[in-house]
Amino acid sequence: MDGAYRTGPFGRSLAWVTALYLVLPILIVVPVALTDQRFLSLPQEGISFRHFGTVLGSAEWLGSIWQSFTIAVAATVLSVTAGTLCAIGCWRISRRATELVRVLMLLPLIIPSIVYAIGLYRYFGPLGLLDRFLGVAIAHGVTGIPYVVITVSTALAAFDPRLEQAARGMGASLSQTLRWVILPRIAPGIFSGAIFAFIHSWDELVMVLFIASRQVFTLPRRIWDGINENLDPAMAAVAVLLILFTLLLLMADRALRRRSEGG
Amino acid sequence: MSAAGRPGVGWWLLILPAFLLLVAFYIAPIVQVLAISVTEPEPGFGNYERILTSSAVQRVIFTTLRICIITTALALLLGYAIAYAITLARPVARGWWILAVLVPLWISVLVRAFAWVTLLRRQGLVNNALIGAGLIEEPLPLVWNEFGIVVGMVHYMVPFAVLPMLASMREIDPRLLAAARGLGASRGEVFRRVFLPLSMPGVIASGVLVFIFSLGFYITPAILGGGKTLMVAEWISLQILDLIRWGLGTMMATMLVVAILVTLAIFSRVVDLRRIFGAGA
Repeated sequence: MDGAYRTGPFGRSLAWVTALYLVLPILIVVPVALTDQRFLSLPQEGISFRHFGTVLGSAEWLGSIWQSFTIAVAATVLSVTAGTLCAIGCWRISRRATELVRVLMLLPLIIPSIVYAIGLYRYFGPLGLLDRFLGVAIAHGVTGIPYVVITVSTALAAFDPRLEQAARGMGASLSQTLRWVILPRIAPGIFSGAIFAFIHSWDELVMVLFIASRQVFTLPRRIWDGINENLDPAMAAVAVLLILFTLLLLMADRALRRRSEGG
Repeated sequence: MSAAGRPGVGWWLLILPAFLLLVAFYIAPIVQVLAISVTEPEPGFGNYERILTSSAVQRVIFTTLRICIITTALALLLGYAIAYAITLARPVARGWWILAVLVPLWISVLVRAFAWVTLLRRQGLVNNALIGAGLIEEPLPLVWNEFGIVVGMVHYMVPFAVLPMLASMREIDPRLLAAARGLGASRGEVFRRVFLPLSMPGVIASGVLVFIFSLGFYITPAILGGGKTLMVAEWISLQILDLIRWGLGTMMATMLVVAILVTLAIFSRVVDLRRIFGAGA
C-alpha cells in the first residue's frame, strides 16, 4: 500500500454493481444471437451461427447496411469539412462573436432530435429532400458538426499559436498555413471527430423515422421495425455485429490517439 | 507589422460553411417548428391553452417530469459511485473502469434497448430464470411500463453522468484526503466533509446534463414503454405522424426546447456549458 486514500467497501461494491449493470445487459445479446432455437432465448442444445447466416444472406439487411454506410460516409465528410474549418476559424479569431458561434455549434447536442426531426419533415417537403439520400446525409452531416468542433477545438487548445504566426510572418498564404502547419498538427483531433460523426450518423434513428420512408431505409430503421414487429434471434445477430463494429471504431480511435500522444 | 495582428477576413471565411449549413439546415427548420405552434390550426396561442385545459397534455408532462427526475437521481447515484472508484483507483484499474463507462456510451441505443427487451419481457431471460428457480409463479411485469423505461434510461444516462463528475473529482487534490485521514477523520467523515463538498460542482453539472437529455429522449422510452407510458418525445411523434395535429405537436416541441433552455439558463451560473460538452479549452 502506498498509504493513499482508497474507496471504502460500500462505494466499491456500488461501483462494481453499476459497472456490471452497464456492461452485462449488452453482452447478453451474444449468447442469444448464438441460440439454436427459432425464438429469442439462450442456446438450449448447442450454439448455432445460422442467425448470422440469415442476416448476412438477406438482401434487405445488406441493403440497409450499405445504405447506412454510404450515408454515414457522406455525412462524415460534410461534418468534418465544415466542423474543422469552423473550429480553426473560431480558435484563430477568438472573440466574443466566435464564442457565440461555438455555442451555436453545440445546439444540435442540446436540442432533442425529435424537435429537429419534425421541423425537417416540414422543411424538406418543398425542397424535395424527403426520402432522399441527400436529405438524410445533410441532416446527419449538420448534426454531426458539434462532435468535430469539440474534438478539433480540443486539439487546437494544445497547439502553439506562434507557429501559425511564424508561418504567416514568413509569407505563407492562409491556405498554405492551413495545409502545412495547422492541419498536420491537429490531424488526430480531426480523425476522432470523424469517427464520432460517423457513429452519430450510423446510429441515428429519430430523424430517419421522419424524413425517410421507402427509398431510404437505414439499418437503425430496420432494427426499429424488427424490435416493434418481430423479435427473433436474427435481431440479436444484428446487434452483435453492430457491437463488434462499434468496438472496432473505438479501438481505431484509441490507437490513433495513443500514436499521436506517444509521438 | 506584428505577426499577432488582427486576423484577416480569410479566417472568418473558414467559419462560414458551418455557419451557413447550421442556419439553413438546422436553425431554420427549428424556427419553423416554433412558428407552426402559434399559427396552426389558427393564429394565436390556442395550442398553449391546452397545457392549462387538457388533462391528456398535463398527464404527459407530469409523466415525463417524474421519469426524468427519477432517472436523474439514479443516474447520479450510480454515476457517482463509478466516478469515485475511477478517481481513487490505481492507474491500471482506472483504464478498465473508464472502458466500462465509454464502451456502453458508444454502443447503439437501439442495441441497448433491444438487449433490455430480451431480458425483461414476459418470456424474457430474467422472468424465465426466476420462474426456473421457483422464486415466482407468474412473470413479473418488468417492461412496457414505467419501470422498464427507468431501467433503460438510467442505463443510457449513467455514462453521461460519470464524465462531468469525473472531470471535477480529478481536480480534487488527493493529498487533502490523505491529510484528513492522517488528522484522524474516519473514512466516512473524509468522504462526507471533504470529498463530497469538493465534488458538488461536478454533481450539479451531471444532473443538468442528464436531466436535459432525459427530457427529450425518444427511442428508449418508446421501445421500453411499449406505447402505454408516453413521454413527451413519443407523444410529439404521435401527434405529427399518426394524428396529423401539427399545432399540438409543435407546441409541445417548443415547450420542450424552452424547458431545456430555461434549465440551462438557471444553472449557467454554476455550470460552465462549454466545459460539460468539452468544447474549447
